[in-house]
Amino acid sequence: MTPSPASPAPAPAAAPALPVQPPQGCPFDPPAEFARLRTEAPLSKISLPDGTEAWLATRYADIRAILGDTRFSSDTTRPGYPLSGMTGGATTEHRGFIRMDPPEHTRLRRMVTREFMVKRVEAMRPDIQRLTDELCDAMEKRAGQDVDLVEALALPVPSLVISLLLGVPYDDHEVFQRLTGTLLSRTVTDEERESARSELRAYLHQLVSAKEAAPGDDILGRLITEQQVPGEITHDDVVAFAALLLIAGHETTANMIGLSALTLMRDRETADRLRAEPNLIRGAVEELLRFHSIIRNGPRRAATEDIEIGGQLIRAGEGVVVAVPSANRDPEVFEDPDALDVCRPNAQHHVAFGYGIHQCLGQALARVELQVVIGTLLRRFPGMRPAVPVDEIPYRSDMAIYGCHTLPVTW
Amino acid sequence: MNITLDADKCCAAGQCVLIAPDVFDQRDEDGVVVLLDAAPPADQHDMVREAAAICPAAVIQVHE
Ligand code: HEM
Ligand code: SF4
Repeated sequence: MTPSPASPAPAPAAAPALPVQPPQGCPFDPPAEFARLRTEAPLSKISLPDGTEAWLATRYADIRAILGDTRFSSDTTRPGYPLSGMTGGATTEHRGFIRMDPPEHTRLRRMVTREFMVKRVEAMRPDIQRLTDELCDAMEKRAGQDVDLVEALALPVPSLVISLLLGVPYDDHEVFQRLTGTLLSRTVTDEERESARSELRAYLHQLVSAKEAAPGDDILGRLITEQQVPGEITHDDVVAFAALLLIAGHETTANMIGLSALTLMRDRETADRLRAEPNLIRGAVEELLRFHSIIRNGPRRAATEDIEIGGQLIRAGEGVVVAVPSANRDPEVFEDPDALDVCRPNAQHHVAFGYGIHQCLGQALARVELQVVIGTLLRRFPGMRPAVPVDEIPYRSDMAIYGCHTLPVTW
Repeated sequence: MNITLDADKCCAAGQCVLIAPDVFDQRDEDGVVVLLDAAPPADQHDMVREAAAICPAAVIQVHE
């Protein structure tokens, strides 16, 4: 039978949205859809909230190839850049070198790389330990009550550490923490968040102006004396550095702290092992970064040329969204990828910090913060447990960065 | 084993230093990689190969 000539041509099915929901009952696993895509359609099309389409890459090898190739641009103003559905959305605001390509990206990133190099961060370990211990002292006083670990420890650690590095005066910590807290909270209205955003921007302008008058021995002070004064960068560039460093390292590290603590509260055997052999914590942090892969909404790029990836042609002007959690569970690279194995030999091959020239600038710092916080929690709070059933913990499957909105604990 | 670097491409994230601190270091002014030992002893070889495989900017070439 021939189809009736009257029947209209079927409308092309709209591409599915980016998978974000973890499988039912497995809050620590990435969306199940990724496993199918990796074998059947490692480069597939997804629809973004505004109806435009982008490529979704799900295999480890393809994702390294994309992020390692500067013909895939990070510049959000490029044609085809998949902006829709990205946190922050389309904006003309100066967003720092994370949204730039070489040579400008290289020039600006190199102005701050030494601040985050391994030996500088190692030198900060005692300060990070002290801050963590002070927050744990405050928690200990609340023994017997339910404590929200996100608010009491996970958010303040990265916030205090970056304040120290940037040179935020001690008296400003409260306003700084309140504003970043509001920005990151899901229980505030859009207006409240917008007003916190402009208050923070005004605050950072004022902070940079104060530093211009009296530059201190900190990242902002050094940027001003070494780069702004000789005319390499402007006041607005310094503000953009401050905003990028503040925002990129806060929510990410905080969510890794929360998820890692929860994982170890549920996996007593691993927790006991790390308590007995603290030298395993370093590798455990790599495995936790791989396992949780908290970046759930990118990185994103725009192709500036026609480029073939894994046999699929991606055309100039098309957008690409990379699925970090899928790469980090790719069985071609990680044996038994859904198991948490703190002694996994190749855990550090993960792409939780991205790959290529934009790979996380703050990764050495994030590693030390996680090592210190996890080690301290294991040592000082061996009996810590969730204060609510784990399926009642509010997970952030609605956010660009996965984690727990709150994590009530007791001990 | 002999190691060469394409240091212009280095993005200074320091993964090589974490993996093989006896072979790689970062220079003080901008964190870019420097070689401490271009022909490291055999007990370092696995770590050097691992650093080359992980380096995000394909800076480290290993010649064996
Ligand atoms: C566990 C915590 C963290 C995770 C999972 C994480 C993840 C990432 C990822 C995936 C990228 C790449 C973005 C892209 O390719 O477009 C990135 C870039 C970046 N991260 Fe992190 N990050 C963390 C902590 C930090 C910290 C503590 C800081 C510093 C204060 C920081 C600062 C940055 C900066 C400045 C960039 C931009 C680098 C560039 O574009 O060259 N991050 N991060
Ligand atoms: S791992 Fe590669 S990019 Fe990173 S510091 Fe070493 S050589 Fe440079």
